Amino acid sequence: MSPPGRLRRLGLAFLLVPPLTWLVVAYLGSLVVLLVSAFWTTNSFTGAVVHTVTGDNITRVLTDEVFRTVTLRTVGVALVVTVLCAVLAVPLALYMAKIASPRMRLALVVAVTTPLWASYLVKAYAWRMLFSPEGPLSWATGYSPGYGLIATIVTLTYLWLPYMIIPVFAAFERVPGSLIDASSDLGASDVSTLRMVVAPMVFPGIAAGSIFTFSLSLGDYIAVTIVGGKTQLLGNIIYGQLVTANNQPLAAALSIIPLFAIVLYLLAMRRTGALENV
Amino acid sequence: MKPTLARLGLALAACAALVVACSSSDTSGGSGQAPPKMEPLSALGNGEGELNLIAWAGYAENGSNDPKVDWVTPFEKESGCKVNVKLGNTSDEMVQLMRSGQYDGVSASGDATLRLIYAGDVAPVNTSLVPNYATISPFLKDKPWNSVDGKMYGIPHGWGANLLMYNIGVVHDAPNSWASVFDGASKYKGKVTAYDSPIYIADAALYLSKTKPELGIKDPYSLTSTQLDAAVELLKAQKENISEYWSDYTKEVQAFESGTSVIGTTWQVIANTIGSENKVQVNTVLPKEGSTGWSDTWMVAAKAAHPNCMYKWMDWITSPKVNAQVAEYFGEAPAQTKACDFTTEKDFCDIYHATDENYASEIHYWTTPQKQCVDGSGDNCTAYDEWVDKWQQIKG
Repeated sequence: MSPPGRLRRLGLAFLLVPPLTWLVVAYLGSLVVLLVSAFWTTNSFTGAVVHTVTGDNITRVLTDEVFRTVTLRTVGVALVVTVLCAVLAVPLALYMAKIASPRMRLALVVAVTTPLWASYLVKAYAWRMLFSPEGPLSWATGYSPGYGLIATIVTLTYLWLPYMIIPVFAAFERVPGSLIDASSDLGASDVSTLRMVVAPMVFPGIAAGSIFTFSLSLGDYIAVTIVGGKTQLLGNIIYGQLVTANNQPLAAALSIIPLFAIVLYLLAMRRTGALENV
Repeated sequence: MKPTLARLGLALAACAALVVACSSSDTSGGSGQAPPKMEPLSALGNGEGELNLIAWAGYAENGSNDPKVDWVTPFEKESGCKVNVKLGNTSDEMVQLMRSGQYDGVSASGDATLRLIYAGDVAPVNTSLVPNYATISPFLKDKPWNSVDGKMYGIPHGWGANLLMYNIGVVHDAPNSWASVFDGASKYKGKVTAYDSPIYIADAALYLSKTKPELGIKDPYSLTSTQLDAAVELLKAQKENISEYWSDYTKEVQAFESGTSVIGTTWQVIANTIGSENKVQVNTVLPKEGSTGWSDTWMVAAKAAHPNCMYKWMDWITSPKVNAQVAEYFGEAPAQTKACDFTTEKDFCDIYHATDENYASEIHYWTTPQKQCVDGSGDNCTAYDEWVDKWQQIKG
């Protein structure tokens, strides 16, 4: 190989080594250590981790009833939040991309992304105030669902909605207007156009947004303590085992559940072909 | 594609092996061992200029809650140690935070102290370096929760009982029993609150020790499996009436003020805060069954970066004037006997029975449940990690 070519390859290697090191050692490596620690155990009094290999934690995670109940509840919450976000985001994104005037579009984009600048806690506590039995919602409609699963789902939907709107908006923008014109020229109604021409092109965007909303809801443990009343989700269980019980190996074993759920979700998304065009 | 995958897998395995091999191994086991050998500070030097504390809410006030309530700023001026306070909501959080090694000291309750001592996270204290220690109530010294083998591991701060608080506007019958949050809780269905920590199981056990003596519960922290299950059943029944559990004290303040909760367990400082904000009227009572409580001790971290500042703080917080300030703000009995001369309310110490050793011995202070019953009645008791699992089952 000629000297300039070798230099170039060396330069490329130097450029890639830092991010690759970070990815493999810091990110993947630490994940692997976490998973390995699930097979360890603790000194039950002091909580110090003891490096003796045991499958007890995995067995507990698979057989304990409370873990099963909470897992189903959490996955359910994540799916409902995803569906709600999609239902709210798609019409809005369609309007923003295809129907709104350029000024309106700009205003809407700003309106959608501005809440991302506000702190998570501020937004969650704002919803706590809204759901309070003597708060604005109860005053306006005479009814408030109170603190519980419904409040948690609504709050999480609100928090993650921008993450769903933006990919869907981008997907709608990529649909050429000429395709829609061609479709109507061929005699399709608006609904048929949306169903047969636009939807397949937009579906990858919805899938991308849904990955955000699903994974963020799956791991969330803060919103539920603020508006969830006496409910608990998987994140709270893991937090409880890690901080309250000082049982880090069991917490690591429990964290395999959301990891598994996400991998399954991603594989399902891949099956639908949604990840090919993102 | 295949060779790259194989290479990636090899790289991952190599990294994992490297990290696992490099991590230190702790093969200690069993709770009957001695705490790690450690020497207390031998002499007091100059302050290091900074102090990182973990404290209960209300213990280290610097004027940010109420400008008139501040004993941290005078300390900073006098000692030159800038104080950074991290609030711990529960003892479990405090144990976890101390494990990180980033703090110099902690105000530990009895259900954190022994875990910290045996894990080697705190060092014994040299009480001769804390002049105010001499006049601390003698019944707080060398207790099972703050000393091991005759060595003191901290400086007592104060003690008190968990109380029953209720909204006077909603609860009209002046309850004086924990039955209002247990057997009689359905009266306030959906508006009862409770402390969000497994240690709250002891409150249920205490109630059962009086209402179901056939269970044979003598000490609420020494529970056999059967007794623990009975307490868990009571708490599962209570959960039907619960609005929410609290660990952050501001959450309970807000819950009472917004009407989400009307009755439940509390600390006096929460009632004082609600009273000062004057949005709802609350009252507190020590129910007739007795109560759980806390006896807090300031402890020095084993690897404290600023030990001199920590010793200066411990002497400051137990000085008569400051201990009186803390005790009055929080609503607890001061550990310092001379503090009774400095309280703004002249009979404060009488109300809180500060120097009454007999009264102090009636409170069931937070203690970490262990397999070997903490009251010495045998070794078939349930340990704290079982309590954690049961607590998660209760919340469901």
